[in-house]
Amino acid sequence: MLELEHFLTVGALLFAIGLLIALSKRNAIAVLMGVELMLNSVNITLLAFSRFAESGRPISGQAFVAFVITVAAAEAAVALALAAAVYRNRDTINVDQIRLLRS
Amino acid sequence: MNSLDVVGPQLAVLVGAGAILVGEALFPRQRRLLPYVALFALLVSVLWTTSWVGRDDYQTIFDGTFSLDQYSVFFYYVFAGATAVVVLASIDWVEKTGRGEAEYYALVLTVCSGLMFLAGARDLITIFIALELSSIPQYILAGWGKDERSSEAGLKYLLVGAIASSILLYGMALLYGVSGTTLLPEIADFIASEGDQNRSLLILAVVMMVAGFGFKMAVVPFQMWVPDVYQGAPTPVTAFLSVGSKAAAFAVVTRFFFESLDAEFLSNDWSMMFAVIAAASMTLGNVMAVVQTDIKRMLGYSSIAQAGNFMIGLAAIATPGEEFTLGASGILFFVAAYSFTNLGAFVAIIAISQRINSDQIRDYAGMWRRSPVLALALALCLISLTGIPPTAGFWAKLYIFNAGIRADLAWLVIIAVLNSAVAAYYYLGIVRQMFLGGEDEASVPAFRVPPAIAIAVAATTAGVLVFGIIPGPLIEAAQEAAGVFAQ
Repeated sequence: MLELEHFLTVGALLFAIGLLIALSKRNAIAVLMGVELMLNSVNITLLAFSRFAESGRPISGQAFVAFVITVAAAEAAVALALAAAVYRNRDTINVDQIRLLRS
Repeated sequence: MNSLDVVGPQLAVLVGAGAILVGEALFPRQRRLLPYVALFALLVSVLWTTSWVGRDDYQTIFDGTFSLDQYSVFFYYVFAGATAVVVLASIDWVEKTGRGEAEYYALVLTVCSGLMFLAGARDLITIFIALELSSIPQYILAGWGKDERSSEAGLKYLLVGAIASSILLYGMALLYGVSGTTLLPEIADFIASEGDQNRSLLILAVVMMVAGFGFKMAVVPFQMWVPDVYQGAPTPVTAFLSVGSKAAAFAVVTRFFFESLDAEFLSNDWSMMFAVIAAASMTLGNVMAVVQTDIKRMLGYSSIAQAGNFMIGLAAIATPGEEFTLGASGILFFVAAYSFTNLGAFVAIIAISQRINSDQIRDYAGMWRRSPVLALALALCLISLTGIPPTAGFWAKLYIFNAGIRADLAWLVIIAVLNSAVAAYYYLGIVRQMFLGGEDEASVPAFRVPPAIAIAVAATTAGVLVFGIIPGPLIEAAQEAAGVFAQ
């Protein structure tokens, strides 16, 4: 039987993996993938809480997830546009090589 | 209908954004009017806000997720004013880039509406949506310039911002899981009644949320993106970032802590955490600012230090009894004074850098002879940032230091005062450079300032001076706004 703890564990693991990817990858697109993983781990956590916990407002968690998905899509669209702009200027989206801005 | 009336100030701004986009498509030859449409929308928004102040009928709507109170109204004025100054300061620059005028102003207005929603949000979901509504357009604006530095700044800002909002969201998800609700007042009730059993999970959730907001507030240790983005983004956008998103982040964190976590068992821990963050931000920001040669980068580090000053108000959360809201009113007063001051400094820098084509501090030498008015305005704003009378910045520092002392944080205030001395070194260094530096060659041409920028400079410096000489009304407004948290 699947309990709340199982979902929370998956969520926490996904979050940790996503954060690790986002902080360690050098390619901007890979960083974005890490962010997407983190956002989806949030969705799992929210849904698990709204399904299992004795919540006074189970719908809030599900509504939250709908908004997170929407915002993630908007953010990804802008991120890809900016990555394309950087690539056009610099021929790379490697965050290590994008370092004009140093004093 | 009534709910729409309550969010009228935001709606006016959003309708303005839509009107700009449609207007540009219908009348492509009238592009020059677009910024004035934006200013008109902001004026309507301010008038609408004022009508609510007149009606004195504050209320919470949308099932308690959004509240119009003295606190949010105070921020409406700050945000609308800051956006208007940014629009004025952008006119020249946007015309020069010669592309996407309509989109630029529409995005600026969208950010403004997001900031306003953030000021009144009382629900985790609303906070998140409002935060993203103000952030995503800011990412685009930071990457607006044609040069590669700008798109680099935009991408960096977005990646860091996206990671920060994911961490914030995970914290919110945990908080929702523990308390079973997303409404701040209900979270407060839960913490008051059952907080003790769930203490560790609550602390984890709130620490993650503070980390997420910390990026927006630009405090140590979440400050590394600030200098890069401030330097790379177009200067009008940098001005907007430094005031708008910082003020909004403090608005929401202050509301979150004073409204949902004021229960006694939490406040002492948080007070110490905020005090440490404040001390670290001030020290690192000021020390790094001293060695900068680029004025935008320097103001980036100085804004980290200023965020440390704001934080003193949050650290004062543990003040008991009647003075409970002293720290909150200190933040509000400081935010208003800082907005005038920092915007003024940035607008002057925009005007100057458009003519000398440089952001290097050494090129400001002898500015006094080339444009006495701009040099005076910039000097006044830098003096206010330092905290020397007779400027608004002086009273803001005095007030928030007082809040710190009352909260038994004398050590933090001593660190802050020492930091002010470091800050004086680099702020006044620019002033000295402008008035005493440079050769006496008469060949350096004087330059004229575009009228829109002149108005923006006049408005901000007038604010710095007027509230520096008569701070009373602004302090009263801040105290009244913070009064909504009184127990």
